[in-house]
Amino acid sequence: MSGSQLSRALAIAEKDIRIYYLKGPVLIYGILFPMFLFLAFFLGRGMSVDFLISGLISMTLFFTATAVSPVILPWEGSMRTLERLISAPVSIPAILLGDALASFIFGIIISTVPIAFGLVVGVRVFSPVVLVAAILLSAFCASYLGMLFSTPPTNVPSNIMMITNLVKFPLVFISGVFIPIEQMPPWGRTISLFSPLTYMTDLMRYSIQGNSYHPILLDFAAIAIFTVIFMALAMFIHIRNMPKRL
Amino acid sequence: MGKFMNAIVVEDLTKRFGNFTAVDHVNFTVEQGELFGFLGPNGAGKTTTVRMITGLIKPDAGRASIMGHDVEKDGLNAKQVTGVLPETSNAYIDLSAWQNLMLMGKLYGLEKMERQSRAEDLLKRFDLYEKKDVAVKGFSKGMKQRLQICMALISEPQVLIMDEPTSGLDVQSSRLIRSMVADLNTKGVTFLLTTHNMEEANQLCSRIAIINKGKVVAIDRPEVLKRRIESLHSVEVSFNKDVPQGDLSALQGIESVEKMGDKFRLYAEEPARAISTLVDYTRSKKVEIVSLATISPTLEDVFVAYTEGR
Repeated sequence: MSGSQLSRALAIAEKDIRIYYLKGPVLIYGILFPMFLFLAFFLGRGMSVDFLISGLISMTLFFTATAVSPVILPWEGSMRTLERLISAPVSIPAILLGDALASFIFGIIISTVPIAFGLVVGVRVFSPVVLVAAILLSAFCASYLGMLFSTPPTNVPSNIMMITNLVKFPLVFISGVFIPIEQMPPWGRTISLFSPLTYMTDLMRYSIQGNSYHPILLDFAAIAIFTVIFMALAMFIHIRNMPKRL
Repeated sequence: MGKFMNAIVVEDLTKRFGNFTAVDHVNFTVEQGELFGFLGPNGAGKTTTVRMITGLIKPDAGRASIMGHDVEKDGLNAKQVTGVLPETSNAYIDLSAWQNLMLMGKLYGLEKMERQSRAEDLLKRFDLYEKKDVAVKGFSKGMKQRLQICMALISEPQVLIMDEPTSGLDVQSSRLIRSMVADLNTKGVTFLLTTHNMEEANQLCSRIAIINKGKVVAIDRPEVLKRRIESLHSVEVSFNKDVPQGDLSALQGIESVEKMGDKFRLYAEEPARAISTLVDYTRSKKVEIVSLATISPTLEDVFVAYTEGR
């Protein structure tokens, strides 16, 4: 992507942040929803705070980075702003990058909330470098997963939200967030290999607790591969489906 | 920038939706500095053609280019020299007028000072400067349309493609937009304008194309098109009391009759003979003629003749 298209993608990200992310309900949903869901599963189960916080960080990041990006294009299609946007000299990959960047920034900012919460309750970070790298890569991967969710050519945001939740919630249960991978049955461990959230959670565990189920290089490589797949699929399908949104 | 003979070239452009051919081998060219009107009834294929020219949808056959840039193969460069006012688009209602213009300026790659200075000029010119920091959701329809035109103009495009720019607007906004179109055209900006408003097309366009059922059925200067259907003259007449339309249709030399409020429009090949017959009829029925005028074909007559086959 050329430098000029990159700066146009940044303009789209700025627009998205102003319109979609700086809204009270979005911010509250991004923080409170994963926290309540997590606490509902952990209270009374005697899990360690380290395990709790590392899972909470990965889940918050995953939920927030995929919270708004799936509905931006359907929303803009229904509000008739999309036609204006794609009449401008900006490529579809640059539009997708802009939407993903806004989601990436939102995910990173919100993920600092469970980290701060963890530090307050006495959690120590074993590897800050791995934590930062994991957050950056995971946020990027989840943002493009969000863009992939928005590929069906519908302009009804609730339809996209339904599809998104149908995928997101099962992923949470098979990715070692609530149940450590090593305690899963063999079929559960096999399925977990196909979830990007598995590798995100594993990296957070390593960052906080100093141990992981997979080698961390494998975790990083898996997330990078998922990112490339999500990005390529999102671009291919959006380029094909964009005229159907108009 | 090189000099091109034609600003817009459309060759055999075709678009099908399933079995329905929305645009069927459409051809036309728009010269640099020309104000070209694209007319047609609803569903004729105007917007689909415009969407293919602006690169929003891909044609099934044919090609289009803007200032020498193929809209499919070199789409970004074609868009860079084009300002577009889509028929159904909106500005971002949660952003202010200023923020919308800054966004468009960035999407066209304008430097900060340039986009700020152009935005200020445009907002002043379109009487929106006082409301520049107000969210667009509080704007009237006319204000929103004026803002959209500012958004299309911020890049100072060489070609402006406007789909129904004055549709549904109040008189003041429509006049402001028409005056802007005429003014920019005198400065050399090329226009492709679709409109339902025949008077607007008649006043503004140096050449028009009429599209019907996906095909271009006529393309020429408005006055030339009017001359082509001059065989159909009409006489507009009103009476001091009601006259049955059937009586008038039955008169010798009258081809068809349209009732228009308290007036009738009588179509005839020989208007003088029609008037004579009409006067004889009024004497026999003891009806007085209140007004009588022979009417030359209007652009609307041209449009109807080509789209309804009259």
